[in-house]
Amino acid sequence: MPKLKIISDKCGGCGQCVDACPYDGIEIAGTLAKFKDSCNWCGTCKDACPFEAIVVEEDKAPAAAGLDAYKGVWVFGEQRDGHIQRVVLELVGEGRKLADARKEPLCVLVLGDKMEGACKKLLADYPVDKVYYVEAPELAVFEAEVYGKICADLIRAKKPEIMLAGATCAGRSFLSRVAVEVHTGLTADCTGLAINPEGLLMQTRPAFGGNIMATILCPNHRPQMSTVRPRVMKPPAAGTGRGGTLEKVAPDKARLLSRSKILDFAAEIEETVNIAEADIIVSGGRGLGGPENFKLVEDLAKALGGAVGSSRAAVDAGWKPYSHQVGQTGKTVCPKLYVACGISGAVQHLVGMQSSDTIVAINRDPDAPIFKVATYGIVGDLKEVLPILTRKILERKGK
Amino acid sequence: MALRIVVCIKQVPDTTEVRMDPVKGTLIREGVVSIVNPFDSYAVEEGVRLKEKHGGTCTVVTMGPPQAEQALRDCISVGADEAYLVSDRAFAGSDTWATSLTLAAAIRKIGFDLIICGKQAIDGDTAQVGPGIAVHLDLPQATYARKIREVGEKSMIIERLLEEGVETMEMPLPGLITVVKEINEPRLPSLKGKMRAKKYELKKLTAADLDLQPGKLGLDGSPTRVMKIFAPPPRAGGEVFKGEADQCADKLVAVLAKNGVV
Ligand SMILES: Cc1cc2nc3c(=O)[nH]c(=O)nc-3n(C[C@H](O)[C@H](O)[C@H](O)COP(=O)(O)OP(=O)(O)OC[C@H]3O[C@@H](n4cnc5c(N)ncnc54)[C@H](O)[C@@H]3O)c2cc1C
Repeated sequence: MPKLKIISDKCGGCGQCVDACPYDGIEIAGTLAKFKDSCNWCGTCKDACPFEAIVVEEDKAPAAAGLDAYKGVWVFGEQRDGHIQRVVLELVGEGRKLADARKEPLCVLVLGDKMEGACKKLLADYPVDKVYYVEAPELAVFEAEVYGKICADLIRAKKPEIMLAGATCAGRSFLSRVAVEVHTGLTADCTGLAINPEGLLMQTRPAFGGNIMATILCPNHRPQMSTVRPRVMKPPAAGTGRGGTLEKVAPDKARLLSRSKILDFAAEIEETVNIAEADIIVSGGRGLGGPENFKLVEDLAKALGGAVGSSRAAVDAGWKPYSHQVGQTGKTVCPKLYVACGISGAVQHLVGMQSSDTIVAINRDPDAPIFKVATYGIVGDLKEVLPILTRKILERKGK
Repeated sequence: MALRIVVCIKQVPDTTEVRMDPVKGTLIREGVVSIVNPFDSYAVEEGVRLKEKHGGTCTVVTMGPPQAEQALRDCISVGADEAYLVSDRAFAGSDTWATSLTLAAAIRKIGFDLIICGKQAIDGDTAQVGPGIAVHLDLPQATYARKIREVGEKSMIIERLLEEGVETMEMPLPGLITVVKEINEPRLPSLKGKMRAKKYELKKLTAADLDLQPGKLGLDGSPTRVMKIFAPPPRAGGEVFKGEADQCADKLVAVLAKNGVV
């Protein structure tokens, strides 16, 4: 958004711009609107003004040269233990659409060790035109600094127009380094991507804890880069391979050196912990009454094949480790099904789960705010409802 | 060893209160208060604890409008030694690229061994500023730190909380970490702290102090552009079952099955 100007002849001093501004960046001084220091040039006031008194000042930045040299859509092929992660397939699905809209190839960038087989399988099964595979023992385990350098080098050499990565711990940690290194924009945690009529990538994402959506462009820098929230995009069906090619790229040895050293990785023993990437999450809150009743939540999660989440109250009480916490100071999740058990639905919890596809609330209090966002609810005692529900789910699956 | 610790903090609106009027498409700001970004209070606490244990200084820095001063004073009240307000009209409209460049320049000027950031800010929610600063200053990083196990002369050992477990990493100093909530429990301000916060004379830095090219600051130095802001689609009203638990469960399972959820 270029800078803004107020046309004093037109301004009626009505203050609608003041109400509209998300930054407290405009005020009525005397009878006219005036930008304050906190103005962020976001342009919300321009749309709110009934007098068309706020206009865009001409963008002085010259259109950057050489953007046309950037072509194709890249997806970061995140792997753990040599396995391509599910979010990569989701991005292949979405990236395919973007690449088709731009009439350009779709490529996946894999950094790892002994993964040639996995790369070939990806090409055989899914609609990818090319896999760039950088092989080195130093790349077997993700480390942000090394991954960042190698990825930046490849971007400089091959010039993709668009680069996507999952908004995972790894994706967020290294792509933000790459963006600074290659001097381009990065839009965080996108939930919607599309190509606009000018051919630019429109990146839509939640901000302010999901209370507001923003669409972001990167007009004058390449590649246009986004991290994309896991579980939002659909993976393509297997068997849609199109005979794409594998290109092995030799890394610059000097760029493989990391200053940090990974000493150890302790997987959380419960399989139920990866809530950020789970399809189904069953969460418990203070309403469980005590740590022993988390068993009821875990049983339902197991019956549904889901992960176990927790409200902050239950984490603070020591009933569940922090890694399970959903909400403002925990994780943001958007599974297909979110079951909230004994969770009142404080805003701080809601901002972490309100974009789930289906929300089920089980709570004794019919006035609990959680019912306002719930797709379905049961008013009742958890200790009674949960075991019955678990049994019925198991019965259904048994059939 | 005495550590020079710099903690980056951001003043944010309490986002749980920020809403959009879905009809008018405008923001409802009434009653929204400004707070220190919650993840940054864990960062400040960790900085103060490290300094208390190992000696050194804990300096907080924010880039923001003049009213961000209050957030800095809040940090002084819980034990930070010094506070810098990096403020200039030229910084307005910064995205994470320009924000991290500006903060990096300020931190370079202040001097540091360790930089601590929050995991992410609850308004922008990008988690990009910390790693961005690290690259501008050519530093190693450890994001999502949940515990600092050891601090040595030249490096520290950090536990990082990832999706599927905990990674232990040795990071050399100088370096940058971003912290999650699990790392500590922030203290409340002491009376003495509150007094100091009131009287403390903030240090200020403007664009001119930072030796940066004008084209790299604020909106002009930001590759991204916010094109529009809008309210998320409202959630459809729910169906609530009451009464006999057994029947409720039946109804729920039936409707979930019908919609292909289970
Ligand atoms: C609706 C909306 C969407 C946006 N989306 C994007 C986007 O996708 N990409 C993008 O590049 N920009 C985006 N921005 C701009 C971005 O929010 C600002 O650049 C902001 O100044 C820093 O980013 P953040 O709030 O996401 O911080 P984060 O990167 O989430 O913050 C991480 C940590 O960095 C430190 N920190 C962050 N900001 C400051 C500061 N000003 N002073 C001191 N320390 C700080 C804190 O320790 C904080 O905990 C968006 C802004 C809005 C309003």
